[in-house]
Amino acid sequence: MAYLDHAATTPMLPEAVAAMTELLGKPGNPSSLHASGRKARRLVEESRERVARSLGCSSAEVVFTAGGTEANNIGVKGIAWDQRNRDPRRNRIITSAVEHHAVMDPVRWLGESEGFEVTWVKPDSFGQITPDALRSALGEDPTDVGLVSIILANNEVGTINDIAALTAVTREFGIRFHTDAVQAPAWLEVNFSQLGVCAMSVSGHKVGGPHGIGALVISRDCHVTPLIHGGGQERDVRSGTLDAPAIVGFATALEITSARKVETVARVSALRDDLVRRVREIAPDAIYNGSVTDRLANNAHFVFPGCLGDSLLMLLDAQGVECSVGSACSAGVPQPSHVLLGMGADEDAARSTLRFTLGPDSTQADVDALINALPSAIDRAKRAGVPKITTAPVRV
Amino acid sequence: MRVLAALSGGVDSAVAAARAVDAGHDVTAVHLALSRNPQSHRTGARGCCTIEDSNDAFRAADMLGAPFYVWDLSSEFQEKVIEDFISEYAAGRTPNPCLRCNESIKFEAVLDRAMALGFDAVCTGHYAQIFQGPNGAELHRAVDPLKDQSYVLGVLTAEQISYSMFPLGDSTKVEVRAEADRRGILVAAKPDSHDICFIPDGDTAGWLSRQIESVPGEVIDAETGNKVGTHAGAHAFTVGQRRGLALGNPTGDGERRYVVDVDVKNNVVMVGPPVLLDIDLIEAIKPRWSGPIPANGSRIHVQIRAHGEALPASVHIGDELVTIQLDEHLRGLAAGQAAVMYDGTRVIGSATISRSRRSASV
Repeated sequence: MAYLDHAATTPMLPEAVAAMTELLGKPGNPSSLHASGRKARRLVEESRERVARSLGCSSAEVVFTAGGTEANNIGVKGIAWDQRNRDPRRNRIITSAVEHHAVMDPVRWLGESEGFEVTWVKPDSFGQITPDALRSALGEDPTDVGLVSIILANNEVGTINDIAALTAVTREFGIRFHTDAVQAPAWLEVNFSQLGVCAMSVSGHKVGGPHGIGALVISRDCHVTPLIHGGGQERDVRSGTLDAPAIVGFATALEITSARKVETVARVSALRDDLVRRVREIAPDAIYNGSVTDRLANNAHFVFPGCLGDSLLMLLDAQGVECSVGSACSAGVPQPSHVLLGMGADEDAARSTLRFTLGPDSTQADVDALINALPSAIDRAKRAGVPKITTAPVRV
Repeated sequence: MRVLAALSGGVDSAVAAARAVDAGHDVTAVHLALSRNPQSHRTGARGCCTIEDSNDAFRAADMLGAPFYVWDLSSEFQEKVIEDFISEYAAGRTPNPCLRCNESIKFEAVLDRAMALGFDAVCTGHYAQIFQGPNGAELHRAVDPLKDQSYVLGVLTAEQISYSMFPLGDSTKVEVRAEADRRGILVAAKPDSHDICFIPDGDTAGWLSRQIESVPGEVIDAETGNKVGTHAGAHAFTVGQRRGLALGNPTGDGERRYVVDVDVKNNVVMVGPPVLLDIDLIEAIKPRWSGPIPANGSRIHVQIRAHGEALPASVHIGDELVTIQLDEHLRGLAAGQAAVMYDGTRVIGSATISRSRRSASV
């Protein structure tokens, strides 16, 4: 089996599994006042410090959440609400057309149900948001903008945004800036303080940690209206019993991933380059999407003209090669990629995509397996064709 | 064989796929997403359209060890089934959307894609049988007369039948439910699907009234030519219908009146005594043959409703028109329905009823 879908989730590192499982049978709620509680609390706070060191922030800025989606929801809704509460004029949100659904959908909801105005910034053809594009979205009087949220590294096409250059544009206006960095820490040096953002979302299972844990890094001066009310465990921003074993697993994984990053990136990007070269040999008509330079080291994303991504995925799966169409699913139904549509591709292309994402444990044999399976898959998928869309697609 | 099993999330298709696995086939499962708005969770089952059905299909496939995928055919379904359904009603005819779905979705779009992707056959939970005859694969009625679905499969061509697999045709529904239970299929007790899957509340008239503009018009007595009432929109009426006419004054002889004709073009509903509904000659168009085309004058049985009787008749095939002469007259037949022709249990083919009338001999 060749697993080429590490951007969806990557296996837990053995060290993280060991650290987490050791704690699963032990007593102690980190909020309890007795010895077991204090022990659990210590594990959480040590982990918070380890996470902070890996992400270039202070430990007080780390708010643990139940994953990347929750972090994005707090980062978007929580900040937008807070900003508008403080200044009713700040009723506009700026985001890009190529965000993950966990940002795009909260923003859309705020627009449809909460009366916010939304400005969608179009990326360039590589999927990148330029400072100029952001500047023009701000307009002449940006005092109505409460929040800007731009993804750090795109989950589909792997394009990296220069967040520091973008926050330089908004800084003079004092506009809150959130970034979805879920795909980034496994492959990039992520330094919260250097990005200039006030909030940043990360997730455990994308860095070799467990599922169901993540964090929103929030700068001290950034206020957030909570989404979940309860015990107020995390700075009153997020309530709910802290999951000490998962937090320890997350911190362990993030720390190891950071320590090995230079070596991993060098090895995996060489594998990825080999994959891209050989896929293009097999399918000269394939379009390589995204940026060549500003790109995650593990990502390869193609349009295979005339092939439904769906068909290719199924045919490769049957040969033990696991990848993704790259776009979000609604009830198991792949939708045309809004990222590709946002980058200016047509609807047929947006349904003919395939994403291959490597992980730290990927090998040459994985790439070879894909290269062996791909020619017949393309051949058959071409025969099945791309059914034409005759009615408006389901909203994505 | 490499078999693509279509799983609706119901009992029948799950057992059918299980039987295909037992027969030694390499089975891959697909659930067809036909609805544009699958975000609904409903209790019970109508054979498609809900996330719950999709999950049930996944669980069934997983039990069988079959890879599972969802195929989005909502665009095709919208165009070829739902829009066809609306335009047929708007034209005053009464279509059967299940036939259209089998014809253009399940055994065309899905079958074509399956063949291209390297599958040898498509397996569904329909109750019908396929036998090898002297001229190739033949489609026959299921052994369970209560569940027999050969009528809605009457649109399949000989070629489509040769790539189809209906493992349930030799069983009764009771047996299939018991088998599902024995196999531990979670949906064994799920209710049967009914009605039209894309009209979840079953209110076809109400649904149509939101799709087709209703223009009030006249109700005319077919015998006298007199106006006897008004209607809210001609498309809501079907030949043979009695209820909902709301005619104030009864006929002279006190006999009940029925819809005997729907003239959408002039927005007129014609009513009359039931004798006007008696027909014995059916004209039908767009024939689809499940095997060799019968010789003119062949003795056949014809079925004109999904759960109707098979009526003895003879058939004449013209250039465009299939003419079916019934042995005995029949009361009330709406244009748009399919006439499915049988030779014993074997399906000969089908055609869409365009007109029916009394022949001179009656």
